[in-house]
Amino acid sequence: MDVLPTIWFIAVAFLWIGYLVLEGFDLGVGMHMLLTGRTNKRRRVMLNTIGPVWDGNEVWLITAGAAIFAAFPFWYASLLSALYLPVLFLLLGLIFRAVAIEWRGKGTSKRWVRTWDLALGLGSFVAAFMVGALLGLTTTGLPLNENGDRVGGAFAWFTPYALLGGFAVVGFCLAHAAIFLALKSDGPVRHNSRKFFVRWGPLVLLPIVAWVLVIQYNSDKLWPLALILIAVIGVVAAWIFARKGREGRAFTGMAVFIVAGAASIFANVFPVVLPSTLDPAFNLTVSNASSGDYTLGVMTWVAAFALPLIMAYQAWSYWVFRRRVSDHHIPDAHSIIPAILTKAGSATTKK
Amino acid sequence: MDPVEIARWQFGITTVYHFWLVPLTLGLGPVVAIMQTLWVRTGKERYLRITKFFGKLYLINFILGVATGLVQEFQFGMAWSEYSRFVGDVFGAPLAMEGLLAFFFESTFLGLWIFGWDRLPKKIHLATLWMAVAGSVFSAYFIIVANSWMQHPVGVELVDGRPVMNDIWAVLTNNTAIAAFTHSIFGAIAVGGGFLLGISWYHLWRRRKDGIDRVDTQGYVVVGENTSIAGRDNEDHRVWLTALRIGAVVAIVGFGGVAITGDIQGKLIFDQQPLKMAAAEAACTDGTSFSVLSIGDLGSSDCNDVAGIIEIPGLLSFLAHGDFTTEVKGVATLVPEYQALYGTNIPDDPIYGDRAGTEINYVPLMEVTYWGFRLMIGFGGLAAFAAVVALWLTRKGTVPASKWIMRLAILGILAPFAANSAGWVFTEMGRQPFSVVPNPNPSGVDGVFMFTAASVSPGVSAGEMLFSLITLTAVYAVLLVVEVKLLVKYTRGGINSAMPEAFHKDEHDDGEHNDPNDPDAAATRRANKDDVLSFAY
Repeated sequence: MDVLPTIWFIAVAFLWIGYLVLEGFDLGVGMHMLLTGRTNKRRRVMLNTIGPVWDGNEVWLITAGAAIFAAFPFWYASLLSALYLPVLFLLLGLIFRAVAIEWRGKGTSKRWVRTWDLALGLGSFVAAFMVGALLGLTTTGLPLNENGDRVGGAFAWFTPYALLGGFAVVGFCLAHAAIFLALKSDGPVRHNSRKFFVRWGPLVLLPIVAWVLVIQYNSDKLWPLALILIAVIGVVAAWIFARKGREGRAFTGMAVFIVAGAASIFANVFPVVLPSTLDPAFNLTVSNASSGDYTLGVMTWVAAFALPLIMAYQAWSYWVFRRRVSDHHIPDAHSIIPAILTKAGSATTKK
Repeated sequence: MDPVEIARWQFGITTVYHFWLVPLTLGLGPVVAIMQTLWVRTGKERYLRITKFFGKLYLINFILGVATGLVQEFQFGMAWSEYSRFVGDVFGAPLAMEGLLAFFFESTFLGLWIFGWDRLPKKIHLATLWMAVAGSVFSAYFIIVANSWMQHPVGVELVDGRPVMNDIWAVLTNNTAIAAFTHSIFGAIAVGGGFLLGISWYHLWRRRKDGIDRVDTQGYVVVGENTSIAGRDNEDHRVWLTALRIGAVVAIVGFGGVAITGDIQGKLIFDQQPLKMAAAEAACTDGTSFSVLSIGDLGSSDCNDVAGIIEIPGLLSFLAHGDFTTEVKGVATLVPEYQALYGTNIPDDPIYGDRAGTEINYVPLMEVTYWGFRLMIGFGGLAAFAAVVALWLTRKGTVPASKWIMRLAILGILAPFAANSAGWVFTEMGRQPFSVVPNPNPSGVDGVFMFTAASVSPGVSAGEMLFSLITLTAVYAVLLVVEVKLLVKYTRGGINSAMPEAFHKDEHDDGEHNDPNDPDAAATRRANKDDVLSFAY
């Protein structure tokens, strides 16, 4: 048994799950801005629920990628080169989303705001879908040859599993963000989001449930069923609590759902990190894809120091911004006018 | 088309672009943090204004750096999978450390800073900015550790032909990394200083142009104010003058640091990558003189095609070895040495595709290395000189009324950026044809090297790479236009653009709900005053 590679498989799974729990609602909020945010004020309320924390959440993805590179370079190389186009779209989605969040409020014209709303909403959708496709395929397999390189051209990855994974994460983000918005906002956004979760939650969560079950069905392990049971309890509890208006408990239920559900997937695929659909002999596993024990040992120390610290200060930032956001918190947008003397002898100081 | 060429263009474009944004983040961050520190300690309004104003520009720029940094993290695997497999054991570690120890820090605490105004206690709020800035600096360190390992591989042993890390400490304290890190940080500080200088110059000039500030007969400033323009009060003058002076000093300090660390780095490169420095000199034969101007076909391997027009005797030896007489090897001497050590042809292995068996050209593109090296030094020196001149020109408390000098000051913002880019283009293209450079005079580990041509992803088609190259370049271009427009807009708005609350204090009382008898309106007003976030997206 490879102890260090196993530890790092768990660490990578932990980073991915952390990413889904946290950026799950960020991406979903982006989509909800197009979907359910009817007025500019409501969209701003939505955006400001994630405003202080979204960037920190996104780092979970970057770190998951970097941790795979450090601990399983062969997995990193095969996965990202095989999924060249999906990863490109993931990056483009994240780029547009990031600048949209920061730049949206830096202009006041309708066209400006609308443009960045679209960039934010569509960027979030594309990013969520591509993350889902990537995770879906890394758990179900890609046509890789003995060197770990993709066979079959640029679209060889485009399979039903890619779609399943993509829609699974998109749907999860929508539900997760709805209950997050209900928890973190007040007024119409809170009300509508809770309604969305209760009415549409069961539907949009179907693909992710299907993904979990497909992986379990193809696996010869039984014990991850316990995780799936926990996930089911979590999601049912979330729905019941949401109906009762207990948003905090409902959000916790959703968090339990994704942690246990995603954990069941990682548990089932272990020790394979990236299966080859051509020949099981070409599978990348924790033993044949990993770095040496020295590197893994060093990284274990770094992670053991850093991860608890990260969780502590991120938790603190959530604590600082624990208050619900509502309409009256949002300052009016102000136009930026040049501080220049106009011909009339005075500058316009009107808003 | 050759996938290697496309992948190299993509890496070059995305990386040079990323490193327009990053030095501004690295340079401006500490300055803003120092300004906020001064504000917290002295309570002087001017420092708060500088903090808010340049903090705004810092954030507009920061986000594009974050966004384009994502591409950097993933494109090793996407386009350079063979490289990732070969070096992953050692190269991935600093990247993962960057995520765990730097990026989380930077992003979480910056979020706290952006939204923490008036919500966190003053000192804690200040600390969050320092944490974020520290995160940026840590991340620069780790990524340069990774890059320096490619220039000077240390801390590994070869196991089955693949480098496996056996000494993380050697990797983290790689002399190339320490030199390149400090060099880059000082370069970034120079960028931040030049940025402060140029923008403050514009505002001081604008105040004179608008007749707010005048000069007396001896040329000393007479500060005025114009209350009809939001932000143009008495304090405003002090804000820009302070920022200008600090900017100039920061820039000069930056350039001083760049020169010292550059000298150290130069000597390391002469030792570790002699061919790169020979190419930087377009030095065909061995010699001791530094070329100021050479003409002819720089890329030619025939020594007769290059003519040195102006040369400084002995300087090259001084740069390389610290004396004036030791000969520095030229390309004609070095290429046979490299051929003997690393072969004349790419190995005949199917994994190299069409490139298998082709002859290796060990000489980097000398036009690029020669001019990259000189532009780096030239732009850097020019900007340092300009900063000194700026200090002298503003000694009487304001800037000259000349529009052209103002334009030069604005244009001068670009010089340190250009120097940074030229330096990176030089050092990365001077690394070719290797992605991991062998060090023939090894303080590094012997035999660890990889050809760029062997580094690309074998499974990715040229079409995919071309598509991503075009898409990324187009998206980056559009975003750059937007970023510059936003920076210009917020710059022209002056202090008022960054802290409107300071100049529109009575706004809520002018609103339509101003009936003093209406309890709802009064409640709303109170709620507004108590509750409105001091910053929201």
